[in-house]
Amino acid sequence: MGTTASQLGKDLLSEYQELTFLTKQEILLAHKRFSECLSKEDKNLPTPRVPMEKVLSLPELKSNPFRKRICHVFSTSDMKDGSLTFEDFLDLLSAFSDSATLEIKSHYAFRIFDFDDDGTLDSGDLEKLVNCLTGETDDTRLTPEEMRQLISNILEESDIDKDGTVNLSEFQHVISRSPDFVSSFKRLFCEVYK
Amino acid sequence: MESDSVFYTDRLGAPRNPLLDQLPSYQSLLYRRKPSASGSTKRRGSSRTRVGSSNSGKWGQTTVARQHEEKLRTQTIQRPVRELPKSMAEKRRDKDQRLEQAKDLSSWRQWRQSTRRTLRRLKEDGFEMLSNLELWRGDIHVIEGMFGTGILSYFSFLRFLVLLNIVMFLLMFGFVMLPIITAPHASGNTTFNHVDGSECRNYPSTSRHGLVVFHQHITDLLSGTGFLEQTYLFYGYYKVEAIHFPKFTYNLPLAYLLVTIAYLFLSLIWIVKRSATGFKRNLVQDEDRFQSFCNKIFAGWDFCIVNENAARLKRSSLLYELKTDLEEERIKQKIADRTRKEKCRIYVIRLILNLFVITVLAACFYSIYIATNFSQKAQMTKVNFILDLIYEYLPSIVITLANFITPLIFSLIIQYEDYSPAFEIRFTLMRCVFMRLTSICVLLVSLWGQITSCQEGDCVCGYNHVLYPEIYKLMIFDFISLFSLSLWTRKLIVNYCDCGLAKWWGQQEFAIPQNVLDIVYGQTICWIGTFYCPLLPAICTIKYFIIFYIKKVTLVNNCRPTTRPFRASSSNFFFLAVLLIGLALACVPVTISIAQISCSQACGPFVNYTTSWEVLPRAVSQLPAGVRTFLLAISSEAFAVSFFVITCLAMFYVIALAGAHKRVINQLREQLVMDGRDKRFLIQKLCQAQRTCAVRFPGSGSQSHSSDRVSPSYRSNSGVFLVHPPPDSATHV
Repeated sequence: MGTTASQLGKDLLSEYQELTFLTKQEILLAHKRFSECLSKEDKNLPTPRVPMEKVLSLPELKSNPFRKRICHVFSTSDMKDGSLTFEDFLDLLSAFSDSATLEIKSHYAFRIFDFDDDGTLDSGDLEKLVNCLTGETDDTRLTPEEMRQLISNILEESDIDKDGTVNLSEFQHVISRSPDFVSSFKRLFCEVYK
Repeated sequence: MESDSVFYTDRLGAPRNPLLDQLPSYQSLLYRRKPSASGSTKRRGSSRTRVGSSNSGKWGQTTVARQHEEKLRTQTIQRPVRELPKSMAEKRRDKDQRLEQAKDLSSWRQWRQSTRRTLRRLKEDGFEMLSNLELWRGDIHVIEGMFGTGILSYFSFLRFLVLLNIVMFLLMFGFVMLPIITAPHASGNTTFNHVDGSECRNYPSTSRHGLVVFHQHITDLLSGTGFLEQTYLFYGYYKVEAIHFPKFTYNLPLAYLLVTIAYLFLSLIWIVKRSATGFKRNLVQDEDRFQSFCNKIFAGWDFCIVNENAARLKRSSLLYELKTDLEEERIKQKIADRTRKEKCRIYVIRLILNLFVITVLAACFYSIYIATNFSQKAQMTKVNFILDLIYEYLPSIVITLANFITPLIFSLIIQYEDYSPAFEIRFTLMRCVFMRLTSICVLLVSLWGQITSCQEGDCVCGYNHVLYPEIYKLMIFDFISLFSLSLWTRKLIVNYCDCGLAKWWGQQEFAIPQNVLDIVYGQTICWIGTFYCPLLPAICTIKYFIIFYIKKVTLVNNCRPTTRPFRASSSNFFFLAVLLIGLALACVPVTISIAQISCSQACGPFVNYTTSWEVLPRAVSQLPAGVRTFLLAISSEAFAVSFFVITCLAMFYVIALAGAHKRVINQLREQLVMDGRDKRFLIQKLCQAQRTCAVRFPGSGSQSHSSDRVSPSYRSNSGVFLVHPPPDSATHV
């Protein structure tokens, strides 16, 4: 849970170490970072939540095209507003750390890319994904024919049971053969990992 | 029901077709992030059984679900808690649950689990400490954050080379220089290999006036001769025959030879090991893993990019890459559709252009040859300081100029050869690599030609004598040109000159392939030269250190990073492949000079032997009889042939195994497709049957209600409604 004091208790620290892939130092840095985002009243709550707008304005996430999805995926808020507690924040850092397993990373990557939250990546999700990667303005998008060609190529490579969508196991299978995934899906908050 | 929002599109939380939820494949994918306010794991189990119990009468799924739950629990218990993709609260609950269960275990198991945990934690702490000692860690983080992983691979390649050179230097130092240095202190008795201790070269004695001495020192420093020849830098300094320590005799020539072979082997093994990790997966499948679309899309974004500018650049480079790849597919289609007349025309053009390339290369090589000969002759007469320096450095200057101009020519003419874009890039790179590494060979061959053509008189004695200064000069000039072409001059020229050429040069991107070729060129020189100049790895290390900081500052201040994308994985492979080519090329002159060339008459550790290689047989003949027969057996032809045969057999076996695996994979794929179709078909039939049931018996329990709520927009694992919506499902019955 969150803490009112600026220091984390030793038990809590070792518990977090066991439940995430972060080291002691990284957890402490993350705590410091998180506390900076809290407003004064929030600091006294038992489980303070940082609202999504505040999270999106962090410098590391500001230029990331998937920032909104990241907030939604890691948030455990009942109201689905994308706000993060400290533990959500730790989960986020843990998934992006160097020592996280490929399975964890691919699972969360799948959730992040699944824009409509239905458990599979269909053409709509893939199209939104490509647009996020290339840019939001009109001159940075692919033409519709190119998009069609690209999506059919992706589905050809990854859709094993040929149902037109990529489900989690197909996604994990494709990721396990992708040489770039591990090096690109990491270090979201670089300074914490120093 | 707030949970399981990922799989449920209906916001009211009603389940979709309960059939799909009972599928074992769906059950196994149930890892969901739940808010911390929800209950314990029992809740999760109950949510599954709740779905199951709605059909308990008809389908008997409850037992199946519960069995599956048990299996899941035992499966997940094997993995540590943090590897489960759940929220922190759930992980905590899992951990407590496991601790509860662990209390039921015997004390032996408890102890084993706790020791395992502490060992793992110790290992992690150890790794963390080791990674803190990594060289340039902070700088590389900064670069990664600003430019992404493509350019990062260049800098980590540089770091790898620094480590390699440090290890090479330590090998040389430990086995060759350290015994010489410690001999007097360890009461060792050194025997030299000539009695009078004459010098390798006779220098005319100069009258010692201050400025002349200074000039002489600078000249010597820049040309590697003179006073530097009396230092550890030159292999002629190692005149020691053997060192007699109290307990044993240390055979220095043997050590020198073995260290040379050792560092070549070590480099080979290290490079192969480093490239194998990225390459392993590539061997399993036929398709080009590096260029696959999935790799580009799913692993396309570097999440470590922090800089707004870098993010924008990354986006545009991704867009460019995708457009290029899509266009390449279209071009491949176009190439396949070419008519015969067009093909002839293209082939004729390509032939002409290749001949042109060959003539350009031949012209470059010939000019290097001429320059080397001229330089050797000009070193006999001294005119004045500057001119002498230019004559000495003439081969290096010519090589650097050729390496600068030829890539421009190649990239110009490749446009007319009408290849696909990816192939264009690769082919140009291959030509540049060939040009660079062969120019060194040409230099060596022309020096060799010099030696054999003059055997007597006032020519300097020995191949090694001539080679060593040239290698040293190549290295120094390479460093100077890298330094000057990158940082200061660029900034100065761009700021103070206003002509178009300067502006174009100043805005140059950080071209990764050219930069890598520079480094590989320098490393090849180092490998060739270490036999003659044992301190060369140390000089190289210092050079790479300085280059790292220069490039970093250049990148951060001046250049834009390349807009042409360079993937981390394929670039790692490319760098190491080029490095391997350089190593293979470096082995050739070293092997020839060890095995064939007769040694300098007055210098070096191998004076008493006809060739350097002879040290080894002579040392082997002094070993005890058993070891000697063993070594002779290993080096005999019979052993070599049988070893070769066994290796071939092993290779054929592994190839056959890989082929069999590939066939099995294809069969399994087809089977998966078939099974998916079967599943969709069966579900369709079941849904139809459900609906006809509901139509006939409208009042029969919750069964019909749940089928009522079949929303037309739901997506299932099968996706049948996405692709071919059956007409019935659009209406709620």
